[in-house]
Amino acid sequence: MTDQSQTGRLKLRTSALRAYTMLLALIVIWLFFQWATIDQYHPYGIFLGAINFSKLLQQTAVTGVLAVGMLMVIVCGNIDLSIGAVVGLAGGIAAMTQSWGLVPCLLAAIAVGLLIGALQGTLVAYVNIPSFIVTLGGLQAWRGVILKLTKGSTIPVEIPFFRSLGRDFIDPRIGLALAIIAVVLIILSNMGRNRARQRHGLQTISTASTIARIVIPSLVIVAFIILMNKAGGLPIPVIFLLAVALAGAFVTANTTFGRYLYAIGGNPDAARLSGINLKRYVLAAFCLMGALSGLASLLHTARVGSASPDAGTLMELDAIASCVIGGTSLMGGRGTVFGAVLGALILASLDNGMSLLNVENWAQYVVKGGVLVAAVGFDMYGRSKA
Amino acid sequence: MAALLQMQNITKSFPGVRALDGVSFDLNQGEVHALVGENGAGKSTLMKILAGVYPHGQYGGDISLEGASRRFTSVRDSEAAGIAVIYQELSLVKDLNVAENIFLGREPRRFGVIDWEDLYGRAHKLLADLHLTIDPRTLVRNLGIGQQQLLEIAKALSQNARILVLDEPTAALTDAEVETLFGILNNLRARGVGMIYISHKLDEVFRISERITVLRDGKTIDTVATSATDEPRVIAKMVGRAVDQIFPESTHDRGEVIFEARNVTVEDPSVPGKLLVAEVGFSARKGEVLGVAGLMGSGRSELLMAVFGAHAGRKSAEILVDGKQVTINSPYDAIDHGIGFVTEDRKRYGLILDQTILRNMTLAGLRKLSGRFVTDEDAEVVAGERAGADLRIKTNSVFTIVGTLSGGNQQKVVLAKWLLTNPRVLFLDEPTRGIDVGAKQEIYAQINRLAASGLAIVLVSSELPEVLGLSDRVIVLHEGRVTGHFTRREATPEAVMACATGHAQVAA
Repeated sequence: MTDQSQTGRLKLRTSALRAYTMLLALIVIWLFFQWATIDQYHPYGIFLGAINFSKLLQQTAVTGVLAVGMLMVIVCGNIDLSIGAVVGLAGGIAAMTQSWGLVPCLLAAIAVGLLIGALQGTLVAYVNIPSFIVTLGGLQAWRGVILKLTKGSTIPVEIPFFRSLGRDFIDPRIGLALAIIAVVLIILSNMGRNRARQRHGLQTISTASTIARIVIPSLVIVAFIILMNKAGGLPIPVIFLLAVALAGAFVTANTTFGRYLYAIGGNPDAARLSGINLKRYVLAAFCLMGALSGLASLLHTARVGSASPDAGTLMELDAIASCVIGGTSLMGGRGTVFGAVLGALILASLDNGMSLLNVENWAQYVVKGGVLVAAVGFDMYGRSKA
Repeated sequence: MAALLQMQNITKSFPGVRALDGVSFDLNQGEVHALVGENGAGKSTLMKILAGVYPHGQYGGDISLEGASRRFTSVRDSEAAGIAVIYQELSLVKDLNVAENIFLGREPRRFGVIDWEDLYGRAHKLLADLHLTIDPRTLVRNLGIGQQQLLEIAKALSQNARILVLDEPTAALTDAEVETLFGILNNLRARGVGMIYISHKLDEVFRISERITVLRDGKTIDTVATSATDEPRVIAKMVGRAVDQIFPESTHDRGEVIFEARNVTVEDPSVPGKLLVAEVGFSARKGEVLGVAGLMGSGRSELLMAVFGAHAGRKSAEILVDGKQVTINSPYDAIDHGIGFVTEDRKRYGLILDQTILRNMTLAGLRKLSGRFVTDEDAEVVAGERAGADLRIKTNSVFTIVGTLSGGNQQKVVLAKWLLTNPRVLFLDEPTRGIDVGAKQEIYAQINRLAASGLAIVLVSSELPEVLGLSDRVIVLHEGRVTGHFTRREATPEAVMACATGHAQVAA
């Protein structure tokens, strides 16, 4: 009996280890590109410099936002192949409705994403059509709708504020203020947690560990903001990514909704018999995915400066790849928002680094494909050993 | 002449359980030898050894065919020796037709491609030999379950099987199909095929078999000529065991009726019109254990599933909680009305195996334990650790992955999950299936403790001693209908088994 519990604990430890393995892989990739971009003008390399790092994060924003939504869809045992087309359609509609004014055109994009998510989610959850089929159909149908609406033309973004969503930075002082607020929140939440544990009669976390839990994240945040400020401030798309990632992490880890998504993906029969309304939560996951696709379409359209009919093509595969690289199981029930965003960051790092090195286009594709398969291969290998 | 098949002194252990303990069994040419015993007696394990599912080296003892010792290392080995096992779960490919299924993997070929004419010709002859009127080109999907069962037998014979094992072959058959099956078996008997017939239905056993072997607790109790015995004597051998040794003495203080189900009727979702449960009613009192006895396929689980709002097909029922009629359309409703359901098959219906003990424990009661939208992990840990200690779940921490626990501990986690919903009525379906004796006794003690604390408990089990040892009252189901009502004092194994096999009816 005891030895069984011990393997249980061991297993938990290795699963935590897996998340750190990916973080380690990211750091290795970063250090490699830093080393590889050393030249006579840049004795320390270009890659992790403020300007390039800021650019890297901006490139991560759209995929990262989509990956958070995709994670929830995959965790409950589904898939969404349509989001690339949804990004294209929602972006096109935002660009076409600019005459309604700034706020209506932004809301229109998110509403279109939400409605499509609701429609597809209904077909999956209530009509029992496999999500692969529904969204494969969506991938084609929504792209067709874009062509009809835009008549195949590219529509420029004319409202300056809209454009700035994808390109501008916030004032460095506001960035610092945000960092200070974040640090205060970290301190308060750690103290609150300890009080709650005391109230429940659980062992409180030791002072040393509490200090570490406050100091380490705080230092990371402050260093991050200083680095960003060196490049002109925190980029607006990155603020959106951080907000979506934090909200997604909270929803998946600390709400009944998140808990139910993992249960549905892990064992739908057990979830149903435990009183969980599977249909409702699967629909909700698709709605969230749709709304996040709408948001991503805004960031993408603003960054490019125009909505073209083929915008968003293949973005669904980047989002799925991000989740998978970050340890999400396509069978459902397993994966974290942290991992998915990490996966998006790894993909963007490869893109950015290889472009800096002038790696030819074909080789970039081969490397990205190889990394995806290798990441899952390592995961499977580790799991068979565990 | 040596017997067709001789299995001698077979032993087989699983971690913590000795499934077979020196079992001997033999079979003659042209004989139907029935193998009977309660669930868990070891029948399936014995047949899996014969079929090569558990290869040589994983069991003790000796198997010989016509006097020659054989060591099967795989299913293929055993098949090559002429042994065919027809399991309860059929192994046909539904989207291939009858002939394709019969010759799957052994298609007659000419010049490297399938010789369809030969294939259909041989299939036709095979079916005709068995007096089966099935078109070889029919898709298996379009056959009834009974015809599929007969097709499995045809398939086995096409491989020149000399020994045919039939595991509960009539469970899904209509009366007419049973007659067809028996016709085929008699036909095979004349051809010299030896048959091992596993069934709970003793009337069939007595009709078809020459000899009967009774297994109990992994041991051979007796092998007798069918003509020299009768049903009561066989039943006595199947159930004979000192019940009071395992079951803690307990008298429950019965209170008022808090739960009642009336006129529960459940239709088979895959066969429209077929009733799995017909107009069954039962009630449960505070502090009482109501036992539901019945053989496999008697509708026990379907009854509970339907009452709990989890049956997939059509059903109707009137449900009263505290004397007031309530509507239960989903497990969510059932939980709201204070019903908990420890389902059978914990791996399939009960647990999310790669999540932690805590996540599993709090799943059903999450909305009561934690906040409605935002979870409170600390509150969960407190509740989970208390439940784990109450049920004596052996683990270092509630963060252990459930899949790494032993069966008994997994079952306790499922029980904890339902206790954390604060139920007033608790359904238990096969709560001790596949766990060792020690863990069983602990579960029995928990059931008595819960009843003593005022829960109404409805216990379904195919292990008769378990039902009799724990229940204050027993109802017996046979083919979806109630065939018996007993109080604890009246419920003898023989009387209950007679009702469960459809041989007697005892009115309330």
